Amino acid sequence: MPSSQDYAALAAGPADSRPRTVVGALLNYRQALAALGDAAAEPPYKAPPKAPVLYIKPANTYADDGDDIALPADVQEVEIGACLGIVFARKATRVDAARALDYVAGYRVVADLSVPHATFYRPPVKQKSRDGFCPIGALAERGQVADPDKLDIEVRIDGQVAQRATTGDLIRPVARLIADVTQFMSLDRGDILLVGVPAGAPRARAGQRYEIEIAQVGRLANRLVAASA
Amino acid sequence: MKHARIVYQGATHLATDAGEGRLALADGRTVAGNEVAWLPPIEPRTTFTLAINYADHAKELAFKAPEEPLGFLKAANTFIGHRGQTLRPADVGFMHYECELAVVIGKTARKVSRGQAYDHVAGYTVANDYALRDYLENWYRPNLRVKSRDTCTPLGPWLVDRDDVPDPMNLNLRTTVNGTETQRGNTRDMVFDIPALIEYFSSFMTLEPGDLILTGTPDGIVNVNAGDEVVTEIEGVGRLVNTLVAHP
Repeated sequence: MPSSQDYAALAAGPADSRPRTVVGALLNYRQALAALGDAAAEPPYKAPPKAPVLYIKPANTYADDGDDIALPADVQEVEIGACLGIVFARKATRVDAARALDYVAGYRVVADLSVPHATFYRPPVKQKSRDGFCPIGALAERGQVADPDKLDIEVRIDGQVAQRATTGDLIRPVARLIADVTQFMSLDRGDILLVGVPAGAPRARAGQRYEIEIAQVGRLANRLVAASA
Repeated sequence: MKHARIVYQGATHLATDAGEGRLALADGRTVAGNEVAWLPPIEPRTTFTLAINYADHAKELAFKAPEEPLGFLKAANTFIGHRGQTLRPADVGFMHYECELAVVIGKTARKVSRGQAYDHVAGYTVANDYALRDYLENWYRPNLRVKSRDTCTPLGPWLVDRDDVPDPMNLNLRTTVNGTETQRGNTRDMVFDIPALIEYFSSFMTLEPGDLILTGTPDGIVNVNAGDEVVTEIEGVGRLVNTLVAHP
């Protein structure tokens, strides 16, 4: 094994219409970095981030609007990262900020679910890569969004407002983030770049339902359930 | 069997090793390996990479061997094929290769015990997991700017079927730079072996066919420069050739 037929399937890569890459920016909201205070300059970090610090939401985390998301037995609660996702229209490599939006097909509401973690020193694979931990909403085409850096975000848990934020607080606004990330990492058609998790992300448990709304982009809602053993 | 994905005469082909440096194409032609352009043998879905997974390398980097695997992820943009060019930025003082055995998952794996782990393996290939240490920041370290750059993970030349590598935990690895050996090791010195890694990752997430695990690198990393030819080689799996060029 594998037979040549199996090899052909492996060689072709993922077959569905899912993004090849979903990548998110750490600490890209002013208040999120400010919340760390002096700790950002102390060990283990020793200095605040310089270039964009990214994390990957791998393919097993992809889920859809309306899906039930199963929380594993070792996960008591999850942080609801209410993210604006930038969707690429074509391959973007070393793009200038002035031209960056030309590469954007549109935007999606994305829930970056995480097991809460207080340290950002090591890659958060166990915290951010559980099955179903990246529900992705419908595409709003670029023309529907007047200014991606002025979008109100609201998170509701069981109907109650749990967070309000705005993309106006991004340290690297959308075009700047695209420019800085594509300096070292190309993003391809359909790929999604998450602009960041707003400070003070609310938490939710199994049995609760969250809804994220981003003005002009759309809504994404999922119910959290306990995984069957 | 050894499988490859190549470009020949303007078209992409799947090919198999025909011996004596030749490849057999599905359409019946056989062609010389130096007449084709090599792509990575698969387009990886999720790529896991292990940091400090050889005891000697942990010591080299002044780290204590970790208590659980120290894994991070790479994105699809970073891969290039055998005989490809990797871009080296001019402002970087320390860029090094890492020769790694790469495990390709062939069957869905969820909460797999180490005893069953190899049932979920399709085969093996060689990865060169370059790192640009000047760009290290202590945030989600090693950060993607160090480890998931365009062109910085050569992969190949072949996907070798699992059963053609009877003991993947006893393979010699070596790296040469311009023909001089700079790195040598054996997969038996991994801190977490292949079954342990599959058991670990599948304990909290579902692995699928096309997922890739880069199992870490042994002692012997040195800076490499534009113009250098770096060959990462694993016994019975492949000899992966890469050339560094200056980033324009």
